[in-house]
Amino acid sequence: MISKKNSKVVPIVLDGKEVEVPEGMNLVDAAALHGKEIPHYCYHPQLSVAGNCRMCLIEMGTPMRNRETGEAILDDDGSPRIGWVPKPVIGCATNVSPGMHVKTESEKVLGCREGVMEFLLVNHPLDCPICDQAGECRLQEFATDYGRGYSRFVERKNVKPKRTRLGPRVTLDDERCILCSRCIRFCQEVPKDDVLGFVDRGSFSTLTCFPGRELDNNYSLNTVDLCPVGALTSSDFRFKMRVWFLKDADSICPESSAGCNTTVSSREGELYRITPRRNDLVNDSWMPDSGRELYKSVKSNNRILSSRIDQNPCTADEAIIESIRLLEGKKIGIVGSCKSSLEEQFLLNQISLKTNAVNFIRGHFEEDDGILLSADRTPNLRGALISGFTQNYPKDNLVSLSQALDQNQLDVLLVIDEDLEAAQVDIANLEGVPIVFIGTHTNSTSNRASVVLPSLTTFEKSGTFVNRSFYAQVFRQAVPGPAGVLPDLSLLSRLHNGLTEDEEISPDQNSVWKVMNNVSGSVLKEISLTDVRKDAVLLDSSKWSDLPFVESKALHFEPATKVEA
Amino acid sequence: MSNKSTPTERRIILKNADDPNYSNKISCYLREGGYAMLKKSFKMKPEEIGAEVLKSGVRGRGGAGFPAGMKWKFLDRKSGKPIYLICNADESEPGTFKDRQIIHKDPHQLIEGMMIAAYAIQAKQAFIYIRAEFFEGARILESAIDEAKAKGFCGDKILGSDFSCDLVVHRGAGAYICGEETGLIESLEGKRPNPRIKPPYFPAVLGLYQCPTIVNNVETLCNVKHIMEIGGDEFAKIGKPNNTGTRIWCVSGHVKKPGYYEFECGALTMGEMIYDVCGGLLPGRSLQAVIPGGSSSKILRADERFSGKLKDGTDFDWGVEDIPLDFDGPMAAGTMSGSGGIIVMDDTVDMVEAMANINAFYAHESCGQCTPCREGSLWMRKITQRMCDGGAREEDADLLLSVANQIEGRTICAFGEAAAWPTQSFIAKFRDRFEDKVKNPERKKSSLQLI
Ligand SMILES: Cc1cc2nc3c(=O)[nH]c(=O)nc-3n(C[C@H](O)[C@H](O)[C@H](O)COP(=O)(O)O)c2cc1C
Ligand code: SF4
Ligand code: SF4
Ligand code: FES
Repeated sequence: MISKKNSKVVPIVLDGKEVEVPEGMNLVDAAALHGKEIPHYCYHPQLSVAGNCRMCLIEMGTPMRNRETGEAILDDDGSPRIGWVPKPVIGCATNVSPGMHVKTESEKVLGCREGVMEFLLVNHPLDCPICDQAGECRLQEFATDYGRGYSRFVERKNVKPKRTRLGPRVTLDDERCILCSRCIRFCQEVPKDDVLGFVDRGSFSTLTCFPGRELDNNYSLNTVDLCPVGALTSSDFRFKMRVWFLKDADSICPESSAGCNTTVSSREGELYRITPRRNDLVNDSWMPDSGRELYKSVKSNNRILSSRIDQNPCTADEAIIESIRLLEGKKIGIVGSCKSSLEEQFLLNQISLKTNAVNFIRGHFEEDDGILLSADRTPNLRGALISGFTQNYPKDNLVSLSQALDQNQLDVLLVIDEDLEAAQVDIANLEGVPIVFIGTHTNSTSNRASVVLPSLTTFEKSGTFVNRSFYAQVFRQAVPGPAGVLPDLSLLSRLHNGLTEDEEISPDQNSVWKVMNNVSGSVLKEISLTDVRKDAVLLDSSKWSDLPFVESKALHFEPATKVEA
Repeated sequence: MSNKSTPTERRIILKNADDPNYSNKISCYLREGGYAMLKKSFKMKPEEIGAEVLKSGVRGRGGAGFPAGMKWKFLDRKSGKPIYLICNADESEPGTFKDRQIIHKDPHQLIEGMMIAAYAIQAKQAFIYIRAEFFEGARILESAIDEAKAKGFCGDKILGSDFSCDLVVHRGAGAYICGEETGLIESLEGKRPNPRIKPPYFPAVLGLYQCPTIVNNVETLCNVKHIMEIGGDEFAKIGKPNNTGTRIWCVSGHVKKPGYYEFECGALTMGEMIYDVCGGLLPGRSLQAVIPGGSSSKILRADERFSGKLKDGTDFDWGVEDIPLDFDGPMAAGTMSGSGGIIVMDDTVDMVEAMANINAFYAHESCGQCTPCREGSLWMRKITQRMCDGGAREEDADLLLSVANQIEGRTICAFGEAAAWPTQSFIAKFRDRFEDKVKNPERKKSSLQLI
């Protein structure tokens, strides 16, 4: 597995060329490291090895040794003599050993691939024109690359169920299933929900759910992603869009602090689906089903699409000017958000520091599923700590804000996204306190705000989130925001520049990072945005090790061991 | 063809089986000296028993002919995990019906052999995995085990010693693939019997419940008792070097006296078996072909000749009738003795129809895990079925051969070979019959319905 940090490398001979590969790695991955594709269907780097598709057959040999002395047997030219295994072996279940010889392009190997491809297609319905997988289908790809290109099959094909509902979100076409068992192994090994299996035998084997069960766990859609063919399809995405029309953006799932890496796909500004993106440090290749639904919020009815002053539509400029007027010179209470990006939280805190405001922030906590949906249902609570917006671990309410208001310590509130009422703020205390609200969707607070400034969802902007393991990860804009809606950073920078005499901060990620890098004692000091854009960067979390983080042990996550008081 | 006297059986395993005064009750078994070898063995060290079995050279009777003593040596004893012993009583290879004789007629012999083996490998739990269709056999075994347990030959504190080994009969659900040892293990674990990939799942290291496990055939395990009786060295003198002991041959098909016959390995030839022991062919018929070791072994054409050098250096030049019945003889003729199921076909057999039936079996029994076996076996079935239904084409023989070649050597388990070898050998040896189907597509009136 690529994810396993393996310090030791061993030499092998790959298609005649000596190369070094990590000890113990299987040949599919080892060959890939050196640019050789060993085609495979059933092998998945994050699942157990089944070895059933036989697409990865290659030739393998090891240096021969004298049975008695254990010494290497040499050829006439002094090179070690190779004992080639007479039958082809499967690359996915063969681990490298020093001096191993491998042929991935020999005539025998190509013959094996042609054979397997032909077999996979004899009973396949060949219905690519109406198949959702077309364009991202391993069967199409390998048939093109390794198939014979013509058919010798004149018999009748097997008939199997075409439209089986496996669960609320997954539809199965059994005729397209190549019986690789990836989906079965996934359910057993990741969500640990053993619901899928084969019935019948031989070529009549059919994938199905156990009687009385459904594929309804919150990870069911991962089976659609890892199905190499069009057998498992997402009931939501089915027949919606040809995948080659889709534009992909690298994103981070905002559903929880797990920080699943995702691909957000759109066409002409319209979002169509969210799929997981492989990151062996964070989410392997998976994400919860619930996170895939989030794109729907972009078009939901309660989306805020225009600026408002006293609930009357106005231009963004007017709203910003009115906000500055309300905030200027007042005792400001700022309610930040764990859903904001690191850059936004930082900029918000700059406003706070320079206006002597008081900061409040709440956490949103639910049950942890121990996999990729963590108890902290915000993507960036750690960002709020790192940006300096808060030193304390957020509570799941804003009672402290309610108290501050009760004691008349605050004249005006700047609220990012939060619903104050839902956070246990006494409404009576809000009487006579003007609210400037920045957010994406209406709630009780936006409804009573003096100024409402619409902002963008994660899918419409770029930024950085810091996940539960303190990995800083960037998400990139997938689609443009609604017409006239300014990015949060622009809004905050306009407020910042309007409220302070200090040097202006430009509303782009780069500029904000430059300022963040200069904060003395910041854990971001040695880290540039370029680094984070390349790969997840692990931040030093020692400063916060005493905080009562709510997440429990999960995939690629181990809670910091705290000394219980 | 032979003017010698009829070769005589040497019954070791089936010594008592057909004695009218013998039943499968423990009283009969004890009367004939049963369980004495268990007592003898328990006075020895487990390793000493293993050493005797190794010396005996006894080869597995399940099909592959792997030396049992060697297999036991591969057992991982260092892991500290429990060790399991499994008797493979799935006997499903078409043409094979020897294990059932033992189970029905002399079950205690198997139990004694198994308990000696269990002690030798230090297994505390043993299983007999029996095919679903042997419900009577399973019942007999269960009552025999009860009898043995009551007398302290099996179960807790065997013979009053500190060694205990439970023995459980587990019935399959009707699948040939459960005879493949790793498929059997999966089935025993309660799963679908998909054979496991090797490496890493060699039963001797990662077998039942990922623990070291020995799987042996019924006949192999019975032999253990007889090895203990005379010692490994003496046993090795029965039969021929590298082909020690007796074998129970199951003869079916077009002979006058089909049945099971136990002979010393190499004591007779195929011709002697067919013509002398089994009374020859039916009147007016001539030999067309023989499948020597169960339906998966390669077919032999009656007029074929085989020549070459044997392992001991001697030259051979045989017709089918000359092939010695042991392990190495059929191997030298390019086929195998497999499970000992000899299927004799006379000149009335339509070879394409025979092929179609064999293909139907393998297409039905493939577990469906690996692509070449799953798709190839059914494709071959469909082709031969079509050929028999009047749709034969010029190119079908080549296509069949090519499909079979795309299966052989590319699958998880040896079922791939079992499905490919018949086709490969039928085409190699009876290609003319396949080509003839194109010109004469009508089925003969005498043809039976295909499977
Ligand atoms: C497809 C297939 C079916 C098999 N069926 C049987 C069987 O029915 N009985 C049996 O003893 N061995 C069978 N075998 C062989 C077993 O895998 C295994 O080699 C054998 O039980 C080992 O015992 P032995 O060494 O005593 O022969 C089969 C093998 C294959 C590949
Ligand atoms: S549905 Fe897809 S993933 Fe599941 S076994 Fe079939 S081909 Fe493989
Ligand atoms: S060779 Fe056939 S029977 Fe054996 S594992 Fe593969 S599909 Fe199953
Ligand atoms: S990828 Fe190796 S057998 Fe399927």
